[in-house]
Amino acid sequence: MELDKTIEKLLEKYFEAATTVAEEKELRDYFAKEQVAAHLEQYRPMFNYFSMAKKEQFTKQVPLNTGKKINYGWISIAAAVVLAFGIYFGPDQYQAYQERKEAEFAYQETKKALNLLAENFGKGREHVAQLNEFAVAKSKVFNQN
Amino acid sequence: MQQKEFVALVMPFKDKLYRMAKRLLVSREEAEDATQEILLKLWAKNESMEQYKSVEAFAMTMTKNFCLDRLKSKQAGNLKLVHSNYKDESVSVQRQLETEDSVSWVEKIMEELPEQQKMVLQLRDVEDYDYDEIAQMLDMKPTAVRVTLSRARKSVREKLQQKHSYGIG
Repeated sequence: MELDKTIEKLLEKYFEAATTVAEEKELRDYFAKEQVAAHLEQYRPMFNYFSMAKKEQFTKQVPLNTGKKINYGWISIAAAVVLAFGIYFGPDQYQAYQERKEAEFAYQETKKALNLLAENFGKGREHVAQLNEFAVAKSKVFNQN
Repeated sequence: MQQKEFVALVMPFKDKLYRMAKRLLVSREEAEDATQEILLKLWAKNESMEQYKSVEAFAMTMTKNFCLDRLKSKQAGNLKLVHSNYKDESVSVQRQLETEDSVSWVEKIMEELPEQQKMVLQLRDVEDYDYDEIAQMLDMKPTAVRVTLSRARKSVREKLQQKHSYGIG
């Protein structure tokens, strides 16, 4: 009975929001018991619910990305540098490439022309060889006399 | 701050954030998503975290703001679906079944409270924060916290008595 009186007083304070955290714990502990005075029974669900609500837990896993954060600042600087190099050296490189290509083409053409020349030169030499044969025969005839 | 330190820092109060989110958003999935979002936001802020006096209070404020925003946008999105004639029978049946357990009445009753009262009641009676902490988290004056808390508690009592008188009698 003594306890009920205390609890009643605490309840009064409780509804005026004048209790301390410790006093509120006392109330919850009281209502958690099997035996509660009949006239206080009506408050039981309230305090039991608060005790129950404390136990709910957050069980979901949170994916914290541990990977180092990508520093986009530095990446953009690097990209800008590469781009600047490209713009600065690009045309030269392209020109050099074009020149190389032209030189290659000229070389191929020259080779073709020279091949043609060599072929025809070879034919000419064959004829000259025949002429030589003739000269040999001629010298034989004249030397015998 | 390393991941380990962060987890150690957040561990003690992550459940509290979740319970607060669930109090406001009601649905378990939504509360889980919200809590995850808050923790990720905190993690993203982890370099500037030292400047906050209490990371816990800061996180709680973030949770409150996040959930209230979410509720606001949900309300705006759902407005079209609300119809005055639409009173779902199955909901009330389900409600009756659920409220058979008088402890879960309290949960239902708390759902009906205005948000401010909900939050104060949650932070005080479930999480045992003191008035100054709650005032800081909710950006209220400590006296206003007391007034709201008293109102919320009385409101729960009143509704519980009502339910009692025609739920059982």
